[in-house]
Amino acid sequence: KGTLFSPFLTSLLGSRDVTSGLFQASQGSSMADTGVVESLLGLVEKADGGVDSLEAAAGLGVDHQLLVGAVKSLQALGDLISAELRSSKHWELSGEGTEIAEQGSHEARVFGSIPPQGLTQSDLMKLSFGKIGFSKAMSSKWIRVDKAHEGGPRVFRTVRIKFTWTVITAFSENRSSTRVLPAFRTVKSYWITKGSSFSTTITKQETELTPEMIASGSWKEKKFKPYNFQAMGVAPDCGHMHPLMKVRTQFRQIFLEMGFTEMPTNNFIESSFWNFDSLFQPQQHPARDQHDTFFLSDPALAHDFPQDYLERVKKVHSEGGYGSQGYKYAWKVEEAQKNILRTHTTAVSARMLYKLAQQKFTPVKYFSIDRVFRNETLDATHLAEFHQIEGVVADRGLTLGDLMGILHAFFTKLGITKLRFKPAYNPYTEPSMEVFSYHEGLKKWVEVGNSGVFRPEMLLPMGLPEDVSVIAWGLSLERPTMIKYGINNIRELVGHKVNLQMVYDSPVCRLES
Amino acid sequence: MPTVGVKRDLLFTALGRTYTDEEFDELCFEYGLELDEITSEKEIISREQGGSKASGASDVILYKIDVPANRYDLLCLEGLVRGLQVFMNKMEAPRYRRVRPVSGEPQRLVITKETAAVRPHAVAAVLRNITFTQERYDSFIELQDKLHQNVCRKRSLVAIGTHDLDTISGPFTYTAKPPGEISFKPLNQTKEYTATQLMSLYKTDSHLKHFLHIIEDKPVYPVIYDSNGVVLSMPPIINGDHSKISLETKNVFIECTATDVTKAKIVLDMMVTMFSEYCAQPFTVEEAEVVYPDGKTCKYPELAYRKEKLSSEFINRKVGINESTETLARLLTKMCLRSEVTGAGDEIEVEIPPTRSDVIHACDIMEDAAMAFGFNNIPYTTPLTYTVAHQVGVSSCTVGRALTLAPPAVHIANPKTAEFQVARTTLLPGLLKTVAANRKMPLPLKLFEISDVVLKDETKDVGARNSRRFCAVYYNKSPGFEVIHGLLDRTMQLLEEKSARGDGYHIQAAEGKKGGGGGWHFRACRNSLNR
Repeated sequence: KGTLFSPFLTSLLGSRDVTSGLFQASQGSSMADTGVVESLLGLVEKADGGVDSLEAAAGLGVDHQLLVGAVKSLQALGDLISAELRSSKHWELSGEGTEIAEQGSHEARVFGSIPPQGLTQSDLMKLSFGKIGFSKAMSSKWIRVDKAHEGGPRVFRTVRIKFTWTVITAFSENRSSTRVLPAFRTVKSYWITKGSSFSTTITKQETELTPEMIASGSWKEKKFKPYNFQAMGVAPDCGHMHPLMKVRTQFRQIFLEMGFTEMPTNNFIESSFWNFDSLFQPQQHPARDQHDTFFLSDPALAHDFPQDYLERVKKVHSEGGYGSQGYKYAWKVEEAQKNILRTHTTAVSARMLYKLAQQKFTPVKYFSIDRVFRNETLDATHLAEFHQIEGVVADRGLTLGDLMGILHAFFTKLGITKLRFKPAYNPYTEPSMEVFSYHEGLKKWVEVGNSGVFRPEMLLPMGLPEDVSVIAWGLSLERPTMIKYGINNIRELVGHKVNLQMVYDSPVCRLES
Repeated sequence: MPTVGVKRDLLFTALGRTYTDEEFDELCFEYGLELDEITSEKEIISREQGGSKASGASDVILYKIDVPANRYDLLCLEGLVRGLQVFMNKMEAPRYRRVRPVSGEPQRLVITKETAAVRPHAVAAVLRNITFTQERYDSFIELQDKLHQNVCRKRSLVAIGTHDLDTISGPFTYTAKPPGEISFKPLNQTKEYTATQLMSLYKTDSHLKHFLHIIEDKPVYPVIYDSNGVVLSMPPIINGDHSKISLETKNVFIECTATDVTKAKIVLDMMVTMFSEYCAQPFTVEEAEVVYPDGKTCKYPELAYRKEKLSSEFINRKVGINESTETLARLLTKMCLRSEVTGAGDEIEVEIPPTRSDVIHACDIMEDAAMAFGFNNIPYTTPLTYTVAHQVGVSSCTVGRALTLAPPAVHIANPKTAEFQVARTTLLPGLLKTVAANRKMPLPLKLFEISDVVLKDETKDVGARNSRRFCAVYYNKSPGFEVIHGLLDRTMQLLEEKSARGDGYHIQAAEGKKGGGGGWHFRACRNSLNR
């Protein structure tokens, strides 16, 4: 058995590899051999005009790369020297070419390896030059193979040759062999001359300012290495909030700025009574079907409803009242008792409004952002659970225009200013409006939320005064988060398959207003 | 939300003009509809079954229109056109009338008491001298299907049967019999089957198998006979082949059997109001009598017009506009709610036609006035509601004893997958699964979650409650218990809890659990935290 809820995760601390830093390049040059640096400066001082780095390396008997390192570290110290990059091309033997030059061609070595009594072909092939040399020597008819020889094919010399060898020194550049033994190479070197502040002594550059330097005042004379702004800085050790939590924080902030009080939504398990019946959602409504709602097998039923309120709900469903025709069906308490995973946070709003109705009426503004559960078909944008954002205002004499005005204020804080409203149907609100906003990127109107005025059949049985209107709206948290962070598959955002790299990299959530 | 597919050109012909897709989309939006998709049969088949299957299909343009779930009167071309025409002041809403048959007695449907055990209600009506065309016929069948799927709740509440009246003779009997005793030739079959055989025959029928459960385990099945013993239908499964309607049918007998009589009346009203348009006397419906087991007789369809009185001040106040009584009456009339100014103050008398079963309260009328006025013409206002904000904060979080025993979980009756059968009682599995899914990430991984779990609790009305939990995981090549330990200490410090036995918190090894020494360190983390 698994657990129902997918986790919302946040990495507490970062875990980046720190491989690059501001000092990386200069740290490299500081490792240059100081002896080579000083010898190079000596050569440059004596030379007329300048020194070629290749010749200097040969002269000093050091590897050219080491000398180039010395040049780089001197360059980092300012205008001590000036170095001009040059390149020249020349032929050079490859590794195989060098081997041939030193020990003879493959075929000659094959010939030389074969004793008068011959050699088995398999032994010959084990030699590093065996394969190439064998075919060359065969085609030159220097050797022969006795395939029928006892103990396997055996190779014999066919001629007597005495070798002398010459090293070939010129090749055509266009030679099109697949085994180019000599290669045409580009060699890079520096032409080194004295710089404007040439000196044969080097002042060591400091990388860090130390307390001692400040205390002694020596910092005034010190030379400091310049920062390397091309490299990345050291990533700080820090935690990362999940994008969904960042967006939730913003929405919560908006509600608080607008004077809304947060509802306690810590009850994922709800009775059908509060989730549906109290909202005047009939018992045969499709949303109450197994295909839309998760029911509980344990604990299967809820108890302890406010009895007089339950009677009023039953009556308004089955017979009407409060100016309503009702739905005229046999309302059953057994259906209302069924426990479910709440399908909307409006169930909490219903409990809150009922509570409000039990006191002397004062206007309220409520909000909540929490999880709801629906037995939906899962796809790239739908999971069986999501977060619902909900706002509710209860006051005397609220109008549909008030709902539009408050939605306009709310969405303006989200950076959405162009709204329009489409008539819609919802069992517990009348009028009901879908909220559309103009999406500049998509160049079309997209649905951003749902809203409406709660029906009198819902409010009056609770005991709210007749002139009190309750306006409400809702939207999901996941959709705006996916749009904001450019996430196409909800599984990458929610649940254990969350991409932690995405969590590490996601920017702060600023909803522009 | 139900979606209705209509042929674009037929729709425009009926509306008397053509629209661009954008213009029609705009009209839909104002009327609370949504032009969901512009497609063709060819495109649909090609998308669902592959391009090769679609080669012969029609490429006539189809509009898929989303209709609000409570507007059963807009579920077919006829209703959509009527609604939009009235909305645009191009016609007056028709008046639907129930009439006596020109000659003789009305058709009669007698309900026997046996139906009480399975499907107790039935209503009926006759469409006399109707003229079908292929399009009308298709729409007639399609509307039954839409009603079955929506208001009829997949036939569980109501099932509709339509019959060629000229092939059968009344009075009709609606009764219920053991399945073995029912035998007839069902629609589009060549031989007779008993009800028992039919139920197993339809087990594999992709369409009908979804309705079998409604009566499957009942001792008796509902069935309707004519006076000669011909089976009209075995609701809610299948009609008889004998009485099936065709393009040539002139007189249609419609019966609706139901478990919910209110819905049955609505469904019958919808069928006859939509298609009486094609009768010789348009918008008239011939009545039928239904005789109940107790001898009571009722006439159907009801086609009831109800009158409501409300003030224009009520509408203006609820919507936030300031329109005259006359204007509001005119706006409501555009919504098929014929309205008149009574002259008594600002009173408006509104007549709710049988097609508008969704109007059950004055607020529904108010909404229609707002729609006709145009939602997007209503000025935005800001309510002056004065409130002080308050948030459910961290302060409500209490430090409690960490649980070492698995608490009883809440079980889901209809889980989506085997993985999600209970509501979680601990956060840890989710964190571990996240680690497992992110093994490609550089180490260490430090993850936490603060969230609610669900625990059974008999003191609550629903028998369960949420409990807020904090869980953290440190995942690295070396155990690093001190990291988690340090996080715990830091958390306690921030919550002003001292590290002490007795009056503070401390960590203690749980019995039988081993900490340290590599491997899965959550075992060590499962030590109990005592307050």
